[in-house]
Amino acid sequence: MAGQLKEVRNRIKSIQSTQQITKAMKMVSAAKLRRAQDAIVQMRPYAQKLQEMLSNIVSNVEGDLNIKLAETRPVEKVLFIVITSDRGLAGAYNSNVIKTVKAAIASEYNTQFAKGNVTIWNIGKKGWESMTKSGYKTEDTYKDIFLDLKFEKVQAAAQAAMKGFENNQFDAVYIVYSEFKNAATQQFKAEQFLPIPKVAKVEGAKKADFIFEPEKETLIAELMPKILNTQLYKAVLDANASEHGARMTAMDKASENANELLKALKISYNRARQAAITTELTEIVSGAAALQG
Amino acid sequence: MTLEILTPEKKLYSGEVYGVQLPGISGLFEVLDKHAPLVSALGKGRVKVLKDKNNFVHYSINGGFVEVLNNKATVLVEGAEAID
Repeated sequence: MAGQLKEVRNRIKSIQSTQQITKAMKMVSAAKLRRAQDAIVQMRPYAQKLQEMLSNIVSNVEGDLNIKLAETRPVEKVLFIVITSDRGLAGAYNSNVIKTVKAAIASEYNTQFAKGNVTIWNIGKKGWESMTKSGYKTEDTYKDIFLDLKFEKVQAAAQAAMKGFENNQFDAVYIVYSEFKNAATQQFKAEQFLPIPKVAKVEGAKKADFIFEPEKETLIAELMPKILNTQLYKAVLDANASEHGARMTAMDKASENANELLKALKISYNRARQAAITTELTEIVSGAAALQG
Repeated sequence: MTLEILTPEKKLYSGEVYGVQLPGISGLFEVLDKHAPLVSALGKGRVKVLKDKNNFVHYSINGGFVEVLNNKATVLVEGAEAID
């Protein structure tokens, strides 16, 4: 009896300490999530203005534009930039991203994959580990981006992808990441990065008589890479916020589950304790009765 | 005129200024009050923000763009830092 009591007590203790960890992780994630959301908000004006500038210029150009980065050619070689987290314990977050990649490859680029023409670049360690293990061609990795999230580091990845596209190393580039909706929901998606979708001329855009310096075509050629850099940066920020959101929810669930386990254990502990007391009492009483008798 | 300096990481400057000096791709130029609409690419160099005629701050940039419209200048830059 006493042995069982001790066992239950030990389990309670271990669950309590696990719960402490999950609670702390939840708190940390909540703080990090706030910062990640902040970063997204901070970036928005820049991204909007850049897009606005581009549509202003495009609307002022007569005829079609000839941009290398927007060139569509038959897709032989595909690149996927997969953004996952560096750390686990974030619920189904990483496996969902990987699932999205695999689904995208299976549905659209099966023939290219069979020929070994699907390349994967990873941002985030977890994706790299998993994709390498499942036999995909993983080349460059940018594993340390999340340690210290800086625009310059993300830019390097975007530029490498653009260079690959320009050198005909890849005919299409996709980013797979999870878009941040709120702490509990993420939307996993594969977004086309290159070739750039056609920029529509906006009716009623500012038709001011702009002075362009240098001329429009050069400006657009300069502007495009910046927009792509920002697009990838936004994806990384979104992924970062999603990761913390997913971890927060996962840890919240874990703490809740620990609570339930503790409740059940406490009941069985009290039962065992009561049973021990009852047996002891019966023993004393019957011992006393035997003496008197 | 109003000036806004934006980077992907944050809003670096926002407010009323007397003028701003920018490192254009083909040379340094200055935008003052009531400048004509302009879009220009910027090279590596220094942005000098003139709060008034004698009072200014410097920022170093790695390149970017400027748009001037309706007496408002928006500078989009990457890798900008304030220098004293």
